[in-house]
Amino acid sequence: MTHHIERQIEHLKERILRVGTLVEEAISKSITALINRDMHLAQRVMANDEEIDRMEVEVEEECLKILALYQPVAADLRFVVSVLKINNDLERMGDLARNIAKRVAQLTAGEATDLPPEIRTMAMQAQDMVKECLDAVVKADPLLARQVREEDDAVDEARQKIRRRIIQGIKNDPENVENLLRINSVSKHIERIADMATNIAEDVIYMVQGDIVRHRNTD
Amino acid sequence: MSMQPVTDAQPGGPPLAAAQPANDRLLAVAAGRDVPAEVHPEVRDETPVLEIDRFNLWYGGKQALHGITMPIPHNKVTALIGPSGCGKSTLLRSVNRLNDLVQSVRITGDMRLNGDSIYDPRMDVIELRKRMGMVFQKPNPFPMSIYENVVYALRIDGETSRGVLDEVCELSLRGAALWDEVKDRLHDSALGLSGGQQQRLCIARAIAAEPEVLLLDEPCSALDPIATGKVEELIQELRGRYSVLIVTHNMQQASRTSDYTAFMYLGRLIEYGSTTGIFTKPVLRETEAYVTGRFG
Repeated sequence: MTHHIERQIEHLKERILRVGTLVEEAISKSITALINRDMHLAQRVMANDEEIDRMEVEVEEECLKILALYQPVAADLRFVVSVLKINNDLERMGDLARNIAKRVAQLTAGEATDLPPEIRTMAMQAQDMVKECLDAVVKADPLLARQVREEDDAVDEARQKIRRRIIQGIKNDPENVENLLRINSVSKHIERIADMATNIAEDVIYMVQGDIVRHRNTD
Repeated sequence: MSMQPVTDAQPGGPPLAAAQPANDRLLAVAAGRDVPAEVHPEVRDETPVLEIDRFNLWYGGKQALHGITMPIPHNKVTALIGPSGCGKSTLLRSVNRLNDLVQSVRITGDMRLNGDSIYDPRMDVIELRKRMGMVFQKPNPFPMSIYENVVYALRIDGETSRGVLDEVCELSLRGAALWDEVKDRLHDSALGLSGGQQQRLCIARAIAAEPEVLLLDEPCSALDPIATGKVEELIQELRGRYSVLIVTHNMQQASRTSDYTAFMYLGRLIEYGSTTGIFTKPVLRETEAYVTGRFG
């Protein structure tokens, strides 16, 4: 019985990390597609989202199976419950990558519009957060998870700067409003990705230390 | 990607659970060293019905309980868990001085029931036992009718009023969730009941005497799952009305039925706290290792 649950939990870990890897790739490709105006890459990201959706359902089924058959407690319980939530957040991050890819496809169809300079840095920061939050899951590292929470502010600030630039851009060039709104959406999606990475980091803190830190300031 | 155990201790965090049992404390216990028990603050906030105070017990030369200090909260269900031989049944039997019957038993320390010293030499053991109910592993109804089983304690206390006896019988059987099943055959032999019904009858008999504390020694281990379910349901219903101390080797039973859980190991109290705390976020890795089934 004991060995069974340990095996099941090990298996669940491997699966959630596979979902994490796919999502990380999807985000990275959607950003590359944005910067390089690569329509084909954007289309691939959109197509791959189905795989993430399918795996999300499998991970959830696995969690429910462990809860029903093994009635885990303490660290095991916290792990399974955290995986359920992380899984959900990862799937939504996958959707956000797909949404970015959609906007990229629209942006590359017409005339090129310059991207606000902040969007690259913001995208890099968000991707770092995604990578770090997944590392925190793998290593069960609450310190790394706390660091991810702190990084979210910089992304939020960048998003505000971009928003102001877009408003100015629309004023200066009303003809280009469609593309500017698309870029605005992209920056909003990137900000949401960073938010989801923060959620995952908070789940890691709960998983390891049993503290629910959500809705609490980072300091 | 290589995986590390999720539950390894991390710098900056509290001690964590044991994917690989980190049982320094248990090794220390095994080596005979004293380790302080981890008692969660919520336990101390409760009014105790029973106070176990630096209680030691030896069977001959072998010490079975080591300095147990724990308050048992009033009108709450408290479960004692731990691997076989950890002393949980010995501790329970010490509460109503059943160990007095064992030759070579020696104790130091004390227990107090609502403030009265249980081990005071002047304490009348028979009177003491009247203040507690005890239910054993195997149902032990007396070979008499269901009715007589329930009112037995009142009869030996000299109660003769039919009205009083009838009322106590009904209330106790209702309290033990058995009334509806037996009300039409109160005068049939108790031995004709099923195992689960017999055990609930024993609980009815115990609560008929209005005990200050109800002691349950693995009350479901001789029952099938359905009967176990009914007894567990009953224990949950006793919450808030009776102070219950239950020994169980079934951790799910402890988590389902109790308000507080104490984890014992080799005659020592290791960790004691709210059942929710012990089963979701135990403080000690040793407790975590035990409740997750990593040892024991």
